[in-house]
Amino acid sequence: MADPQGGVVFDHVTKRYGAVTAVDDVSFTVAQGHLVTLLGPSGCGKTTTLRMVAGLEPVSGGRVLIGGNDVTLRAANERDVSMVFQSYALFPHMTVLENACYGPLAMGTDKAKARELAREKLAMLGLAEFENRLPSELSGGQQQRVAVARSLVLEPAVLLFDEPLSNLDAKLRRRVREEIRELQQSLKLTVLYVTHDQEEALAVSDHIIVMNGGRIAQEGAPEDLYERPVSRFLADFIGDANLVDGELAPDTHGASFAAGGVALPVHAHGMAAGPATLAIRPQRLVLGDPGPGIPGSVKRVAYLGSRVEYVVATAWGELLIFDGDVHRLRRRDEAVAVTFAPDAAIVLPR
Amino acid sequence: MTAATLAPTVFVPVARDRATTWVAAGALAALALVPWGLEGGASSLALALRGELVHVVLVALTALAVVCAWRGAARVTAIAAGLAVVWAFAAGFAAGVKGTSFGAGAAIALVALVACFARAIARRGAFKGDPTVATIVVVVAALLAIFIFFPVGNVLSAAMFDDKGAFAPGLAASRLFAADIWEMQCLTGGVHCGVAINSAVLATLVGFLSTFVGLVLALVVQRGGRRYAAVTKVMSILPIVTPPFVIALALVVLFGRTGLVTAILNDVFGIPRSRWIYGLPGVALAQLLTFSPIAFLLLHGALAAISPALEEAAQTLRASRWRIFRTVTLPLLKPALANAFLLGFVESLADFGNPIVLAGNYEVLSTKIFFAIAGAQHEPGRAAALAVVLLGLTLVAFWLQQRWIGKLSYVTVTGKGDSGLHALLPPWLRRACFSFAVAWFVFTIACYAVILTGGLVKDIGRGDMTLTLHHLSQGFAIDPSSRATMFVGSAWDSLFTTLQVAAISAPLTAIVGLLSAYVITRHRFAGRRAFEFLTMVSFAIPGTVIGVSYIVAFNVAPLELTGGMAILVLCFVFRNMPVGVRAGIAALAQIDKTLDEASSTLRASTTRTLTRVVLPLLKPAIVATLVFSFTHAMTAVSAVIFLATAKYNLATVYIINRVEAGEYPLAIAYSSVLIFIMLAILLGVQALVGETRLGRRATPMLAGGG
Repeated sequence: MADPQGGVVFDHVTKRYGAVTAVDDVSFTVAQGHLVTLLGPSGCGKTTTLRMVAGLEPVSGGRVLIGGNDVTLRAANERDVSMVFQSYALFPHMTVLENACYGPLAMGTDKAKARELAREKLAMLGLAEFENRLPSELSGGQQQRVAVARSLVLEPAVLLFDEPLSNLDAKLRRRVREEIRELQQSLKLTVLYVTHDQEEALAVSDHIIVMNGGRIAQEGAPEDLYERPVSRFLADFIGDANLVDGELAPDTHGASFAAGGVALPVHAHGMAAGPATLAIRPQRLVLGDPGPGIPGSVKRVAYLGSRVEYVVATAWGELLIFDGDVHRLRRRDEAVAVTFAPDAAIVLPR
Repeated sequence: MTAATLAPTVFVPVARDRATTWVAAGALAALALVPWGLEGGASSLALALRGELVHVVLVALTALAVVCAWRGAARVTAIAAGLAVVWAFAAGFAAGVKGTSFGAGAAIALVALVACFARAIARRGAFKGDPTVATIVVVVAALLAIFIFFPVGNVLSAAMFDDKGAFAPGLAASRLFAADIWEMQCLTGGVHCGVAINSAVLATLVGFLSTFVGLVLALVVQRGGRRYAAVTKVMSILPIVTPPFVIALALVVLFGRTGLVTAILNDVFGIPRSRWIYGLPGVALAQLLTFSPIAFLLLHGALAAISPALEEAAQTLRASRWRIFRTVTLPLLKPALANAFLLGFVESLADFGNPIVLAGNYEVLSTKIFFAIAGAQHEPGRAAALAVVLLGLTLVAFWLQQRWIGKLSYVTVTGKGDSGLHALLPPWLRRACFSFAVAWFVFTIACYAVILTGGLVKDIGRGDMTLTLHHLSQGFAIDPSSRATMFVGSAWDSLFTTLQVAAISAPLTAIVGLLSAYVITRHRFAGRRAFEFLTMVSFAIPGTVIGVSYIVAFNVAPLELTGGMAILVLCFVFRNMPVGVRAGIAALAQIDKTLDEASSTLRASTTRTLTRVVLPLLKPAIVATLVFSFTHAMTAVSAVIFLATAKYNLATVYIINRVEAGEYPLAIAYSSVLIFIMLAILLGVQALVGETRLGRRATPMLAGGG
């Protein structure tokens, strides 16, 4: 485990704008050499949190530590962090090299040394040949890399990314996120990354912090969050999920979940009997011919090539089901039964 | 862990603040080395050593500020610097007429002390702890307080006092509600109306007519089915390069008793010569020609902003062209029409140049104020009362604009760019508009032709068209033989002063305006809205009111500025500043704020961000502000006519004086020279800036974050 002292410690931080609390008593740690993602819907406070780490917003309460130093009262230009902005924020009147030199020059490094530092990072990102271009003469992906290079030149203790992929088209997005992850791992960078895209978060992170309404809803490794969400919001926010409200009851095997007059066995994981919500991923539901399980009829069919997506009307409400068997297409109004393995369903408090 | 302790919501700089120490030391140096008073002489320190209590205290407080700034004791620094400024002004005003007027030493020291105070309170947490922002806001606010609010407030209160300086509410009331201001006989068949009624009638007339003319011309250009790029260009340049009395001069030459057109009408049709041009019709016509280009530009922009899709939608719903115009285009234009009307109204109220040439017996507020000060009876109290009335009328118009038009405005520009074509006008309306526009242009061209040729003929006012260089040489003769007084023409002095004043005030206007715009748009601090309002407010104050205020407020110690060049420069800087602020705000809105933040996370200070990122990107706005304030300083009349002196005369004032003396040809010759100078500057700058815009540094990535 890397030393948490080298990264960011966010200690009971609160941010208020007048009567509105944007970030409410949030604490977390970004360990050195790790990539931690702040994930959440818009307005959840993730960007405010990032900006408080950067020093672009003062905190209303709590402490911010970077590299073991308390920087709560330091402005952005006195913190050992750099940020890659959503818009890249490349200075449009400066060449790529001038952009990259900006940090060292602001710190008082002499010109020759600043250029050397800048060229090293530009070369690392494959931008050596573009150093005399203006940002407007580069493609979106290249601009993005210049932004990364510019923030790497100062070799900050922490690198911050604010939705860095949102201005790129879908295909490029996948490639650039792989590049960022690779760079982070090869240079052992400490990174705090903000996104609202759960797939992006799952793909790049060591650790994900999901925020909602200014608070941390859940944090953990990507697979933890996907497999073991702790609330209805999380099950729904990360990946697709069918959410069914019903009753959890003790059973001879362990527990069973009943809704709409149909009860099926589930793993309760210590949940007490009573009202509960069941979350099931669409690909974990199994579609079969009428028989045991939840009876229903197919309402909509969407053929996507790699899988078929069904919406089935059942006693448990409408269920979304991904079926990998693309050769056995079911018709509209066909009678079916839906089943699932007991460990496929997650029981959540209602 | 227990709940976190509440940290202050500001950033505190780490390093010892050297800049504040230097600023305070600068103040001390100015006190020690630069002569304190206006007439030169001893510095404040020398006076203190002579035992003058005022200066002992001032030097002591400043020294305390330096020491505390160096030791990092921000609170004491702020108190010492603030007290020093208050003390200097209090002592100055207490001494009154007998005291010394502030000179260079005082000016430098006081500005430095205000800056020192601002930086110190920033270190105590004000302005989010940003000393640069604090300095800009506090210094600009202090300057506005001294050069706008103090004089205007002074004049407002002057209306309350009698000639001996005693408080006289009864006299104030009788001045404010005097019959010669408010009388309305003319509306009920009588002969005369009060000046306020005269002004309001004229302003309303000009407001309506200029809106109508502007609308017709805008419709021709925008919905006429042909491109008239040149028209738009000419119309956008004319108001900038035309001194405000030029049209009036041209009208006199055309329609005066001995005018060119009058003569033709008399000779050919036997219409008797008359003086109809002097009075309401003449002034209204002159103002109409002067101000309708402004209405045109406003309505042109509004018509262009109406999404073509709306008109196309109406078309697909089977509406005829006339129906589209009547039910879609015109209603959407309502806010812009109301705006154009109010703008014409306000411009007419504030106009001084046209009425002074043409008004004759039709008295209006702006000229009446001038004659109350400069006329046979010197009546500052009456001038102040008239200024109050003029300011009141103007503010009501602006208030209406803010209140009423703000709510009216329809958002016709959506995020997505709608492509498509604007609907054309119905053919009959297009023909009508086109004929009117042609007539209007012929008239305008005739006016400018008179001005441009009038200086080159013997006496255009009487129809004597013999070519001569006499008038030009009278004003602009050069005698190369004598080196010392090479420029022997009578107009050279005023032209040089004008160019000098314009050249000094333009960069100052740009700096003050754009720095204010920067802090307004880029920083959140307590009182930001109030600060924005303060920077804009001088826009609503008519020039005549400013002129009267300056001459009343800055005539005596400690702020004795009248008669010098400084007062001309200051007048222009603070009158033109709102334009710089607006240009800056508009330009900064185009530059993504994350650029500043990126600079900040790359360790740059606010000052470095400002100089390396913001200012280079603001170049177009800087150029626009420079050009505007330069040309405006060359054409302004209303405020500076009170302030110009024989020693520091300005071109426009010189021309007005020639008109008063009946020397029309020289006035016309000089006007055309002014117009040519400003055209050369404007087109030269446009050519330069236009070229860089085509260059590869031209298309800045104006990123839109989210």
